[in-house]
This record gives sequence, C-alpha cells and structure tokens, in this order.
Amino acid sequence: MNVLEFDHASIRIGGHVVLAETSFAIKQGEFIGVLGPNGSGKTTLMRSILGLLRPSAGSIFVFGRTPRRGNALIGYVPQVRTVAPDLRMRGFDFIASSIRGDRWGLPTRGQADRNMIDDSLAAVGALDLAERPLSDMSGGERQRLLLAQALLGEPKLLLLDEPLISLDQRYQETIIELVGRFARERNITVLFSAHELNQLIGALDRVLYLGNGRAALGTVAEVVTSPVLSQLYGTDIDVVHADGHIFVFSRGRDVERHDHLHDHAQDRQHHA
Amino acid sequence: MTMLRIVNTMLDYDFMRNAFAAAGVAAVVSGLVGYFLVLRGQTFAGHALGHIGFAGATGAILLGLAPVWGLVGFTVAAGIGMGVMGERVSGRDVAIGVVLSLALGFGLLFLHYYTAFAAQATSLLFGNVLAVDRSMIATLIALGLITLAALAAIMRPLIFASLQPELAEAKGVPLRFVSTAFLAIVALAVSESAQIVGILLVFSLMVGPPATAQRLVTGFWSGITLSAGIALAEAWLGITIAYHTDWPVSFCIALLSALGYFVTRLPFETMIVRNTSPRV
Repeated sequence: MNVLEFDHASIRIGGHVVLAETSFAIKQGEFIGVLGPNGSGKTTLMRSILGLLRPSAGSIFVFGRTPRRGNALIGYVPQVRTVAPDLRMRGFDFIASSIRGDRWGLPTRGQADRNMIDDSLAAVGALDLAERPLSDMSGGERQRLLLAQALLGEPKLLLLDEPLISLDQRYQETIIELVGRFARERNITVLFSAHELNQLIGALDRVLYLGNGRAALGTVAEVVTSPVLSQLYGTDIDVVHADGHIFVFSRGRDVERHDHLHDHAQDRQHHA
Repeated sequence: MTMLRIVNTMLDYDFMRNAFAAAGVAAVVSGLVGYFLVLRGQTFAGHALGHIGFAGATGAILLGLAPVWGLVGFTVAAGIGMGVMGERVSGRDVAIGVVLSLALGFGLLFLHYYTAFAAQATSLLFGNVLAVDRSMIATLIALGLITLAALAAIMRPLIFASLQPELAEAKGVPLRFVSTAFLAIVALAVSESAQIVGILLVFSLMVGPPATAQRLVTGFWSGITLSAGIALAEAWLGITIAYHTDWPVSFCIALLSALGYFVTRLPFETMIVRNTSPRV
C-alpha cells in the first residue's frame, strides 16, 4: 500500500499555485529527500499531508485516506526557528506537552507517558536533555529533542521540515544517520526536506524535487539531471558530478548554495 | 514569637483580615494565569486589558453600577476581541497601544462627568486593598473559581499551543479558539488583580511572579505552582510591610515583585542553575 499518494493534486496559497496537477506515490519504509529552491513548496507539501491545507484540485491520500489533522500515524518536526530559543522549560516537559495535547483538561501525565518519553529520548541518545532547559540547548540538541518528540507514539510517517538548518556539519550527519536508522529499523517512511542534496545521498532512497509548481520523484540518477531540473527551476541548469558529489549550477552559479539569490531573481520574474 | 504577635495584632483588624483574604485569592489566580501569559509572550496584551478595564470600571460608576462589573465586562469583551482579531494581524502591537490609550481617555471622560468620587480614580488605578469588604471577597472568590475552572479546562491544549503552535495545529488543536479563550481568562484575572494592586500595577502580580518562577525552575508543574506561591507571598508580605511602614500596599507589592525578578536575574544564578554546560 502507498503511504502517500498525490493524484493530480493542485495546491494554491492565495493566488499563488504551489503545486499544479502533481501526481506521485511513496511506499512504506522509503526515505525521501525533499529538495527544491526556497519557496518551492516543501513546507506547503508537508502541511497538505498534515491536513492543514486542502488541495484546490485533485486528491491527496495519506495511508489511503484524505489527510486529517491529528493523524497519530504521522510524526512531524516543523522548522526549528519556530521554537523559542530563550524558553526556560526542561526538555522533558517541552515534549510531554505534545502527548494528547489536543484533549481538554489538565495536562496530566501517567507513568506510561513518562516511560514512552524516556524510551524516545533514549532512542535518539538524548536522555540528558530531559532535565535541561531549552534555553541552554544548542541547535543540534533542540533538533534531537524534536526528533525524539516526533517518534512518540510510534508514527509510520515522519515529516521533517529542514531539520539540518543552522546545524554544523558534524551534527547534520548525526541527524541524518539517526533518521536513516529509524526508517530502516522501524520501517518508517521519511520525508526529509533539505537545502543540499549531497549530505543526504547516502541515506535516501528517492528524491522528491519541487520547483515551479511541479514535482519530480525518482532516484537521484533519474531526477537530478539537467533536463529535469531545468524544467523545475525554469531556467537552464547544469548538473555536475565530481568526487561522489553532485553540484547543481545555473549559469555557473551553485543554486543550492545561492538559493536566496535565485529566489529573488524568480520573484522579480514573477512580478514582471 | 514576635513575628507571630505582629501577625496576630494585624489580624485583629477586620479590614486587615479582608485585605489578606482578597489579596490571597487574587494573587493565586494572577500567578497561575500569569504563568501562561509570560510563557506566551503576551504580557503587553495583559497590560492593555487593564487599561481597557479602566474605561469599563469608570463607565460602570457613571451608570451607578459596581466598578468591578464594568471592569469584568469590558476586559472580557476586549480579550475576546483581541483573540478573534488573531495573532497575525499586522501592526497588532500598535493597534493595541492606540486602543489602550483611547480606553484610558474614555475612562478619564467618564470620571470627568462623575466628579463626586474623584478618589475612585486613584483606587482603580492603584488599587485599594485595605477598603475591600466581605461582599467583594465573595465576588473575588466566585470570579477566581470561574477563572481557574476555565483555565483548567483548556490547560492541556493551551500549554501545547503555547510551546509549539505549528505542531499543535497539525495535531488538531483549535489555535484560534484556545488563544481567544485564554485572553478571556486573562481578562478575568486582570479584573481580579486590579482590585488589589490597581489597573496600572497588574503586572506586579501577573508578570513578576511567573517570570521569577520561570527563572528559578524549568519544570511545568513546578513552575506554575511556584508562580502562584511567589505571587501569594509577595502580596501578603507587601500588605504586612505596608501595615508597618504606612506605605501604599500596591507600592510594596510592586517593589517585592521587581526585587524578586531582578534578584533571580543576577549573574550568580547561572552558576547555580546551569549545573551542566551546553554541548554542541
């Protein structure tokens, strides 16, 4: 069974078409790298899977059903910048707030909840974060905490929105390695959005490349090619393989590293 | 022993017993509600609600009603209004600033037409806990119970939505409803607090104690309990100091509130609380 299926789905925000008539299917246990320039709809895609945005046309199926908010089968890590950096609350209580957080009443926790949190923290090697306030944690530690939270309740699909942003190289590798291990051991499907392809190459099964309202899903060899990316970026793209790395250039400029510049160029075209 | 005797003499007076009871109720409610206000970074909204309440209270006086009902009515309506407007309305801080000064202006206008009780203005703005009577205590208790019952009812989604709004939304928490209900609860707590320390000094019970508690402990339950405890201690100690010095009660509470906060912000605190050094 497909974990995720987009069937001619279109998504618009305001007047802007983020996805136009997109179709693809993702199977159980796949590790999918979600790539594409800023504003190409990586976050929007995840929000639609979470049931926060409805397609304006076509259909989306998550585990064979229409997406709905509060789906316990999905673990979600939003972009880290939304977590208050000066929050003086310990890690344990922070992630405990997500357990049955949509119910009314007092936020009571049973022994079972406590064990579940401890197990999840232990699984990502973050037991020491339980007692430390978020204000004292580094970006990498916060990301680890959020990953532990996303694993609570044994989800079958993990949506990770730019989990590598503002992490140093070593921690980026740790996070990728952790997520990859869970995906294999627990047969979890992962959608992992990122700016750069190269770090993910070793971990991912397929890439979902977004751009210009379109999406291309396939292996790196199928998708990260000059013709496919040129269409997605809406401009001539060169793909250069060197030393096991792949570099994506637009007119001699590395688009992954110069995303913002590219974005502004696109904006101007848009308004023109 | 001397301490006991002092407390005993103080409690011989009816108005002192009333003051302790009223301040106790308002402080606990303010400390509990204020914990979430500080956590959500909405202290300015709490401040604005107090000012809007001033117009309500003076308007009620003009109409011959008890000021507390004008205060409750106006603040709750304003709290719901702010919640419905939503958090993404641009220039919201500016809008609140303009509305709160307008509310103060209206308050002044209402007082202007009701000249018989000029003293009312001072007690509304700065509180007059020593003039609280038994019926006011009953009102405070009833309002306090409603406030805390409402807070208990939404506390679980409230803490989730306060800490992680995006995730809470994805998990099915109705964010707009929770934040609107919370602002209505804040409005009730502001009305309570204003009876003790006055509209201008509601921060001393609603912001100082929770901010101090959040400096001292990092747990949720320990934080919320300590916040209520600090508010209660500062309110009662404030009254005691006022009794012995003849300074205004609200000043003493405001002073303790500020002292508590700034003491916990002193640099030596980092050495005690941070027992583990942050890693990469």
